[in-house]
Amino acid sequence: MEHKVAHDWRLRGQRYRLEGEVCEHCGNKIFPPRDICPECHQPAKKPYTLSGRGEVYSFSTLSSAPEGFEAYAPYTVALIKLAEGPMLTAQLTDVAPNEVTIGMPVEMVTRRIRTQGEDGVITYGYKFRPALVAHAQ
Amino acid sequence: MRDVAIIGVGQTPVGEHWTTSIRHLAFEAASHALRDANIDKVDAVYVGNMLSGEITGQSHLGALVVDFMALNGVEALRIESACASGAAALRVGYLAIASELADLVLVLGVEKMTDTSGRQTTAMLAMAADAEYEVSQGISFVALNALLMRRYMHEYGWQRQDFANFAINAHANGMHNPNAMFHMKISPEAYAQAAMIAEPVGLLDASPVCDGAAAVVLAPARYAHILSPAPVKIRASAVGTMPLAVHDRKDPLTLESARLSAQRAYKQADVQPGDIDFFEMHDAFSIMAALSLEASGFADKGQGVRLALDGDIMLQGRLPTGTMGGLKARGHPVGATGIYQIVESVLQLRGLAGPNQVGNAHLGMAQNIGGSGATVITHILEAMDE
Ligand SMILES: [Zn+2]
Repeated sequence: MEHKVAHDWRLRGQRYRLEGEVCEHCGNKIFPPRDICPECHQPAKKPYTLSGRGEVYSFSTLSSAPEGFEAYAPYTVALIKLAEGPMLTAQLTDVAPNEVTIGMPVEMVTRRIRTQGEDGVITYGYKFRPALVAHAQ
Repeated sequence: MRDVAIIGVGQTPVGEHWTTSIRHLAFEAASHALRDANIDKVDAVYVGNMLSGEITGQSHLGALVVDFMALNGVEALRIESACASGAAALRVGYLAIASELADLVLVLGVEKMTDTSGRQTTAMLAMAADAEYEVSQGISFVALNALLMRRYMHEYGWQRQDFANFAINAHANGMHNPNAMFHMKISPEAYAQAAMIAEPVGLLDASPVCDGAAAVVLAPARYAHILSPAPVKIRASAVGTMPLAVHDRKDPLTLESARLSAQRAYKQADVQPGDIDFFEMHDAFSIMAALSLEASGFADKGQGVRLALDGDIMLQGRLPTGTMGGLKARGHPVGATGIYQIVESVLQLRGLAGPNQVGNAHLGMAQNIGGSGATVITHILEAMDE
């Protein structure tokens, strides 16, 4: 589905910098931001930028991609458990599908996510690659 | 509140209906249900559908259906809750009669999925997931289920082949259902060799894209025996929810929505999981079947696969599932699926399931799952003896 520039612009803080929130009541880190803490149900609007470090919780390689992503197939999608607690969905990059394992340390990079034809908008955002420097969890 | 009964059922065959439009599919199933109930007027029509606007360019199905059925002026609404739209429409019909705001209600589930290319339909189905944080990353429904299945195998030590009986059982049951999309027996070898769509999900783990419509007629239970020779009572109707995105769930391998929905249904019907004679589960993917069995209290956490491995889910087993082929073999016309499950349950409870009849079928449960599990709707049905 094609979407407008405003859609990507609204999400720039999350897509480029992993801007989330921290709950001032219980300390829970929240991504994506939702202004209410899912743990203690209190308002949570304090900005908090996540480190982008985490590990692979699960992964799968798609040979057949949905409309709009055909040009990128095959690619590997993963659930990433971030070091601060939240989990997110993202593509893996700079790694062969058969080298991915559950528990593998990864880090965020900014990459091209999709294009919408020759003259269309190019969407950038987060992907994750194997961590270059081992980090303690 | 008053008790609600089903007094008529109808369905079209599930398949690729190139020559039939969505309005004709709806009309066919609804007409069968009204004829089965021996009535020609209702107070309200609720239509479960997920994607008619996106796929066929036709939204506003409530008004269209009553218009096309010449039920002029009758209350009509379209209900959408992703793949659980069918059961959601039944839930609304149930509430209308239970609350005494209506006496006769037609509930219809209809979906026309083959008017777009497979790739387009796949992208539209993904609208049930989180558009900003899942779909935007290139994820599909198959991929979400693959992520869950791989983690499940990792945590509990299952092999891919351990899931084979979910597909084998569904296709064995579909053989004798004239309305099923597929009539093909499959072997463990066929399961092992099936093409991978997104590892570890293979072609035989997934349900097909297809067209279909199914309908039921509801009435107050106290009048059901006057209206129908074989009415079925809705003993429970319950909805549970959880976060839309898989990554926002505390434990992605627990279908908390299914647990809530099933527990609420058991409480309303005052029954235990062990009292259920058969289970029309939402086996859109093999992993969903396993997680649904666990969350509904039929298996311990991580052990849902064992019910397939041990043959418990077969027609002669402890808990027959997908008795007319389930989503894999009967097919999964998304917004219609929840009503197909109810129609098939009614056939079992009436003793009209032919070669697939479950012995002593008295209490049946149907569970319809929306998206990757964010909405789960459970109904418990009981044969009404005189
Ligand atoms: Zn909090």
